[in-house]
Amino acid sequence: MADGKATTRRGFLTHALRGLGVLAAGGAAAALARAGEEGTVWQIDPNLCISCDKCATECVVRPSAVKCVHAHALCGYCKLCFGYFESESIPDELAGTGAEFQRCPTDAIQRRFVEDPFYEYRIDEARCIGCALCVRGCTAYGNGSLFLQIRHDRCVNCNECAIAVACPAQAIRRVPADHPYLLKKTEAAE
Amino acid sequence: MRHLAALGGLLFLALAAFSQAFQPPTEFKSGYTLPATTAPPPRADWLAWMDVGLLALALCLAAWLVLRKRSRVGVLLLTIGSLLYFGFYRHGCVCPVGSVQNVALAIADPGFALPVTVGLFFLLPLLFALVVGRVFCAAVCPLGAAQEVVLLRPIKLPDWLEHALGVLPFVYLGIAVLFAATGSAFLVCKYDPFVLFFRFSGSSVMLTVGIGMLLIATVVSRPYCRFLCPYGALLRLLAPLSRWPVRITPHTCVNCMLCHDACPHGAIHPPTPEEKLPRREGKARLIGLLMLLPALIAASAFLARQASPAFARLHPTVRIAEQVSLHSAGLLPGETNEVMAFEHAAGDAGILYEQARVIQRRFDRYSWYFGGWIGLVIGVKLLALALRRRRTEYEIDQGACLACARCYPSCPVTADGLPEVKQPEGSAR
Repeated sequence: MADGKATTRRGFLTHALRGLGVLAAGGAAAALARAGEEGTVWQIDPNLCISCDKCATECVVRPSAVKCVHAHALCGYCKLCFGYFESESIPDELAGTGAEFQRCPTDAIQRRFVEDPFYEYRIDEARCIGCALCVRGCTAYGNGSLFLQIRHDRCVNCNECAIAVACPAQAIRRVPADHPYLLKKTEAAE
Repeated sequence: MRHLAALGGLLFLALAAFSQAFQPPTEFKSGYTLPATTAPPPRADWLAWMDVGLLALALCLAAWLVLRKRSRVGVLLLTIGSLLYFGFYRHGCVCPVGSVQNVALAIADPGFALPVTVGLFFLLPLLFALVVGRVFCAAVCPLGAAQEVVLLRPIKLPDWLEHALGVLPFVYLGIAVLFAATGSAFLVCKYDPFVLFFRFSGSSVMLTVGIGMLLIATVVSRPYCRFLCPYGALLRLLAPLSRWPVRITPHTCVNCMLCHDACPHGAIHPPTPEEKLPRREGKARLIGLLMLLPALIAASAFLARQASPAFARLHPTVRIAEQVSLHSAGLLPGETNEVMAFEHAAGDAGILYEQARVIQRRFDRYSWYFGGWIGLVIGVKLLALALRRRRTEYEIDQGACLACARCYPSCPVTADGLPEVKQPEGSAR
């Protein structure tokens, strides 16, 4: 390269290309600003979910950022809850609520007597691992008031959700960050 | 759309049937009120903007430390800071390296919304590369930082290996764009070897790869940055255009070779030997390679097009369509989750197959581009090898320079800092 201010062919080319690069970046930024979309987050569509166990095993956060959520307005408050009890073969007089009769492997569903004949079921999120066993029971035999959601206090919002990739039902999609949940509602609310 | 409506109707009917079976109690005598379903909010939007701000700040700081302060210690401290914030605190996401895929998908699929913050994560380091070189790689990138802090005793790779492996980032860039633009997978994120250290969790395969990569990084400086990183490929193209690049000595190179020995990235090239290839022979080789280039591009595009059905199988819809068709032909031993989900959603097989065909056609088209790109990369690399520029002193290859500032203290001319800050343009080359 020549010394001083003399412009060489190489120097000119470099300058021109750099100018082009800055212009292109500026153009891209302008296009971005115009398209201006705000952030999105991952969420499970409970109507597509088939309650396999991928949410418990695939998430990069351990235990999973997916938890069971309870839409109490949909719940039947049944005494014999198929989300709570292991199987439908539980005797009518309810042998008990010991671990051997519970569906949840981590004792994350808390059962509480409300009034005859109603029982309340609450999810202890700290214990829930998102395995969907209760969801399967509740959806198959009950109202489907138990369902899975990605909890955004735990989700790290990966660029590519590891569960979404593995989900056999393609039930996980990006939703706008200002409506981050896809909750089940009652018919009246719909 | 009609399909979706039918699906919604079915679900509604199912729900109605169930609610009749177990009517939720409308009121409780004991005055019990329904607990609300909690919905913890996601990370606030302004925090994403703060990340962008911190990225810009870190880039400015890196540029200042590398070019003004010329301080290796400062660069290392900033590297550790970036590792802690962008790596361990932010779990390495979103990073400019992965943002390549978001941008590719947003360009290919107008339905995919690219958040402005992600777009800025993609653009800012590129802009900085145009002005001050690869300062992003030097001290801001968490993936680079993870490798930087484990480097013990760098060895120099032989030239042929350096050149051969140097093609890989461009190939990986092509692969990443192919699968991101077709909406199939974000492979760069999936096969990120270091992100699992940031998150303290990941698959055993990636853990093995990550540990292996870190082990290599103890002796080969920054193996991921130099020989894989797809974003590094973009920076490598832009950095040679930078306005104020890294300069070891602006005036008098004494050809002492010390900077060459200090650089662990093979980015400082020695002067070329005096004897030259006969001009005629060089010209003939150049013309031959130029004529070979289109053939190379065509051949590689053709090959990639042949592999298009295999590529397409990475797309979830194509995979599901394949399973459903196998299932309906009775070729699947049991019912897989995918088939079950499809039947649960009462999907229409005809619509599914049509979607898969559309995706396959998209893959066919992108495979042409992908193959052409691979051919172009190899061809241009061969051309670059054939084009020998004469060097009379030690020169920095700005594309390969990661601006790590290791060479500064080695230079006997400027070890104590630059004698003056403003240099006549171009005199350092």
